[in-house]
Amino acid sequence: MGILEVKGVGKRFGGLQALSDVTLSVEENTVHAIIGPNGAGKSTLLNCFVGKLIPDEGSVMFDGQSVLGRKPHEINQMGISRVFQTPEIFTELSVLENVMISCFAHRDGSFRLHPFETVAHETDIIEMAEHILEDVNMIDKREMHAASMSRGDKRRLEMAMCLVQEPKLLLLDEPTAGMARADTNNTIDLLKEIKENRDITIAIIEHDMHVVFSLAERITVLAQGTPLVEDTPENIKGHPKVKEAYLGESA
Amino acid sequence: MKLFGLSAKDTRFLIIVILLTMFTPVLLQPFPEGSGLATFNAGYPDLMQRIAIFGIFAIGFNILFGLTGYLSFGHAAFLGIGSYSVVWMYKLLDYNVIWGLPLAVVISGLFALVIGYISLRRSGIYFSILTLAFAQMAYNLAYSVLTPITNGETGLQVYTSDAQVLLGANEPDSPHFFGIVMRENFWQPNIGGWEFTFNNGYYFIAIIAILVFYLSLRIFRSPFGLMLKAIKTNQTRLNYTGINTRPYTLAAFVISGMYAGLAGGLMAAMDPLAGAERMQWTASGEVVLMVILGGAGTLMGPVLGAGFIKYLENIFSKINDTVLHGWFAALPDGLENFIIGISHFFVGKSWHLTSGLLFMLVVIFLPGGLVEGGKRISALFKKKPPADKDAEHHPKEAPHVAE
Repeated sequence: MGILEVKGVGKRFGGLQALSDVTLSVEENTVHAIIGPNGAGKSTLLNCFVGKLIPDEGSVMFDGQSVLGRKPHEINQMGISRVFQTPEIFTELSVLENVMISCFAHRDGSFRLHPFETVAHETDIIEMAEHILEDVNMIDKREMHAASMSRGDKRRLEMAMCLVQEPKLLLLDEPTAGMARADTNNTIDLLKEIKENRDITIAIIEHDMHVVFSLAERITVLAQGTPLVEDTPENIKGHPKVKEAYLGESA
Repeated sequence: MKLFGLSAKDTRFLIIVILLTMFTPVLLQPFPEGSGLATFNAGYPDLMQRIAIFGIFAIGFNILFGLTGYLSFGHAAFLGIGSYSVVWMYKLLDYNVIWGLPLAVVISGLFALVIGYISLRRSGIYFSILTLAFAQMAYNLAYSVLTPITNGETGLQVYTSDAQVLLGANEPDSPHFFGIVMRENFWQPNIGGWEFTFNNGYYFIAIIAILVFYLSLRIFRSPFGLMLKAIKTNQTRLNYTGINTRPYTLAAFVISGMYAGLAGGLMAAMDPLAGAERMQWTASGEVVLMVILGGAGTLMGPVLGAGFIKYLENIFSKINDTVLHGWFAALPDGLENFIIGISHFFVGKSWHLTSGLLFMLVVIFLPGGLVEGGKRISALFKKKPPADKDAEHHPKEAPHVAE
């Protein structure tokens, strides 16, 4: 039984059947990649995991509980953190404040009215935030305005914000989209480091084969809204069906 | 020095604010009586009370608009609700403001809870329109439908036939706080031509204003305030970080509504009247102008903005053609008429033109409001060597959150 169990999920947008009968299982403490050509339904599937979309049929179970119909903040509190295609951070705040917000959400839950405490007195939160910034090598940028950072650093910060919440499942939506090769390699290294140092399950949606084959232990190939094959990277590489999906019938 | 749970920097800041508020009757009276510039003196009780009241209104509005970015166009409704609550307490109990003011805060808080709960289902322009609709509904209700409660067009006031069950035999017949009559002055010295007026009402408001300013300072520095700033920056990220943003915005809306209710209550505490016109959308727009002019999201900005607009409204509108003729009488006739002809458009009844131009200049050149202007000016005077400047940009040794 995997930590994330997807069974028979279907989603239709008007005349377009974006997903049909998607079944997959993400094992605990593995890196599971979901790949597929453009328009295969990868992002739609991910949005079904985090509460942004509700599938028309099927079930999505996380850690034994259904996530369907729950709001994004409830799903996060269950232990799923999400990294976006373009880094979503609090650009008007400092790097440290960005991470502290995640720490507060982790400690205090989805809402707590604390208008008279002082942020500067929350030493345990500050320590927690500084610790994770050290982990991702950003401690020297702690006072920086988040908007003024490079894209690679923004991604790093977003990961730190997710990791500090100690999620059971980290969802990555094309984490290297639009990045230069050097930044991509940095991101891969960072993810490898993350995986080595903690018990975490990572589900990654990716386009870039280089990223997928350097990270994933298990790969699901999605084409036209249905999973084609699910296997280890070695077996996927030469799989005829995968070639067909990517390169067309004749290949 | 650290006081009241504030950092050293904030303590200094609060002390400066307290001193400024306490010495306002002197600071706003820089010119001797009878001199040509005495028109620009603003140290009379009525205006100082207004500035302080609108300062409170703007401080509260800033908690919603400055921190979360939700622009409400309906906060004048709470102003009116506060005023009606206080006048009703005069009518039912007595002239002591101690009954009415807490009630004003509570009732406007309840209204804010309902209006905010509904309006906050939408954001951006739709939120603004919803709040505007609610405020106009409140205005029309007060103006016509609810006449038994609000006394409609005439406005709510105290009549001798009212119950006033707590009214004692020797009690003052105007608003007071345990015998301290609001409209009376406790000291009116005339020092070498300078006239100063120390008014009970002003100091009553000033003390409340300092308290609520301190409250907003604490909110700004709290985790709650940090969440509100995060809402303004990126709500999507906040949702996916496990934060339910709705109760946070609602709390900010209710708090700012209570500030507005308090301000409305204080208006009735200075002058025992309440009218529906206080709830009109122009009053809601005015507080938006004040906050933007002073600097949205800054602590001092709203108060500065309130002071500026109320000063222009009351002082520039006083300067009519007769006053202008008095100033420029020494000039040759043609030139005098030319200058007066031009300045005519900026003062007296046309003071709005001055405030409009000022507002445009600030928005275009100082998006951070008057506070940003102040910062830029003080930066000009602080000539620092480059090394110092660098340290300011990377304050590793003394990060502000760990102070």
